Amino acid sequence: MVRLEPRRQHSQAMVYLSPVLAIFMTLVVGGIIFAFMGKNPFDALYTFFILPINNSYGISELFVKATPLVIIAVGLAMGFRANVWNIGAEGQLTMGAIFGGGLALYFHDSESALLLPAMFVLGAIGGAFWASIPALLRTKFNANEILTSLMLTYVATLFLSFLVHGPWRNPEGFNFPESRPFPDAGLLPIIYDGTRVHLGTAIAVFVVIAGWLLLSKSVIGFQLRVVGKAPQAARHVGFRQKRMVWFTLLLGGALAGLAGLFEVSGPIGQLQPQISPGYGFTAIIVAFLGRLHPVGILFGGLIMALTYLGGELAQITLGLPNAVTGLFQGILLFFLLACDVLTKYRIRFGSIAAKGRTA
Amino acid sequence: MNASFMKRTIAAVAAVGALATGMGAAQAEDVKVGFVYVGPIGDHGWSYRHDIGRQAIEAELGAETSYVESVPEGADAERVIRQMAQTGHNLIFTTSFGYMNPTEKVAKQFPNVKFEHATGYKRADNLSTYAARFYEGRYVAGVIAGKMTKSNIVGYVGSFPIPEVVRGINSFMMGAWSVNPDVKVKIVWANTWYDPGKEGDAAKALIDQGADIMVQHTDSPAPLQVAENRGVLGFGQASDMIKFAPKAQLTAIVDNWDSYYVARAKAVADGTWESMDTWGGINTGMVELAPYTNMPDDVKALAEETAAKIASGEFHPFTGPIYDQAGELRVKEGEVADDGMLLGMDWYIKGIDAELPK
Repeated sequence: MVRLEPRRQHSQAMVYLSPVLAIFMTLVVGGIIFAFMGKNPFDALYTFFILPINNSYGISELFVKATPLVIIAVGLAMGFRANVWNIGAEGQLTMGAIFGGGLALYFHDSESALLLPAMFVLGAIGGAFWASIPALLRTKFNANEILTSLMLTYVATLFLSFLVHGPWRNPEGFNFPESRPFPDAGLLPIIYDGTRVHLGTAIAVFVVIAGWLLLSKSVIGFQLRVVGKAPQAARHVGFRQKRMVWFTLLLGGALAGLAGLFEVSGPIGQLQPQISPGYGFTAIIVAFLGRLHPVGILFGGLIMALTYLGGELAQITLGLPNAVTGLFQGILLFFLLACDVLTKYRIRFGSIAAKGRTA
Repeated sequence: MNASFMKRTIAAVAAVGALATGMGAAQAEDVKVGFVYVGPIGDHGWSYRHDIGRQAIEAELGAETSYVESVPEGADAERVIRQMAQTGHNLIFTTSFGYMNPTEKVAKQFPNVKFEHATGYKRADNLSTYAARFYEGRYVAGVIAGKMTKSNIVGYVGSFPIPEVVRGINSFMMGAWSVNPDVKVKIVWANTWYDPGKEGDAAKALIDQGADIMVQHTDSPAPLQVAENRGVLGFGQASDMIKFAPKAQLTAIVDNWDSYYVARAKAVADGTWESMDTWGGINTGMVELAPYTNMPDDVKALAEETAAKIASGEFHPFTGPIYDQAGELRVKEGEVADDGMLLGMDWYIKGIDAELPK
């Protein structure tokens, strides 16, 4: 008989071990599924997890794919720690792309070196502006930010669609829904020749470090953690929860907006109706995969990016369906949550009668 | 004007035939063909029909093929196309408008690989474009709808207001008005190519407003299924959807890429592939009409006659005089719209009581 016994304290070892265990179990179950689909499980797993990154170009693509996920997830994790549930990063990403990208379109013949930094600022403002709406509604009217931030996502994507179908449509684009290409001065420089690794990837690493410092070394980081874990105590010592709502939503929104700007001024190079395959939502998984810790998020983002790349190669080389990618992500999240049990409980073998010492 | 495209296509096909046994020709088995799809192959619409074309290459040439489905039209497309070019594919079909810029970019980096982009306008020495004149099929559908509607209201589920879709609405309505000037159209934009839930909801809303004919320019069978359940009639999109709506489907405007794909793959094998632009209609077989069902014989005969006239070139759906909503004469009497006008069409014809989203 197997029982779960509550631990007195959360196991520190399991906090770090459980994601590793979850990944291992995902591999095992994934291998079994591949075997049932008539593929050699080792070949399939190799194709899925090794082949995409067995050359420098593949690794560079992994960084490109992980960049928006990591940047957004670091911002979201701050909020999640303080029990502020911003589900609308996708919309904030879109608004960031619209604000920053709009500047590039307005100055479409600019050669100014100031254009790109100005786009960064506007991108962050765009995302923060969009996140400020749920923040206002939460602090003024106590409206649930999960709903408001999610709903605003659809508003943002439709607004982008309106812009590229109408006023911002490329006049030389045969009426197809896309903006002009951004001028060179509005494109992120490539930091490694021959790849698509752009300045945004370097900034993502900076965001991880800054996020870690903020969380572990600053007063506000301390307040975040206390507000999330013990709201009563936080109120008692005078931490203002409203301020936390504003801070985390604006920060999360700004980072999501920046990530959106990096997509349109990096790999895409223009505004078009679809700029993100749901990075804002995937980043939620990444945040939890990384245990709401910026460094963990860096790894979580890379792993999540790898499942996308692997899914593509599994289709090209093995003829596996696209659904396998989603399946893998689902299994991974499932095991991650399941393994979390181990941080709070320990597994005991044997019957209760035989081990009578627990109460 | 149609003729120049037709000639080129026929010339290319003929060249393939003539040179099939030419010196130094590679074997068809050596050709590896890749496909990038915007939707899932199980959409029973757009991507599904491209995948049928892919299977035709395998069946007829024995060539190796592969595909990636549901590739977003953003930053990911470039990586997928590049991975295909890197993994030994000699011919890559990218089958959605949004892949235009990434296809062009990768084509530049891989000059020895041939690329074919559907529905776009950018070409290069190793990058062809191709599309089909679906508006021809939509005109025929319009004629049928004009005859079959009792409420004189047609419900139209649109995807995005791009020229392809706007052209389809205009063509459909000209067909409907040619037999019944009282027909009105109500249009709902689903803002998606594939989302059965949204598409179905749009169809329900349209039927609630009195539509008794359902037309769609989205890829799933959902609107037609709603028509079936609500006891109204409709048209299949991209593939014959009769199985989803045996009592509702009048016909379907079927995309048939099979012969084009086989011919292009063969051209690569034979070393005769050339960059070109193809816009094929009913005459080339790219646009087909599924069997006419759920209609009286006289309507069926009229539909067959209309399709035959379009195929033979005797009749062009966009024959003047054509006025836009503002009353401006766009095509003069006796003339037909040129391809440039058709490709960039961003205006409704006079009589459509709706505003084009801008």
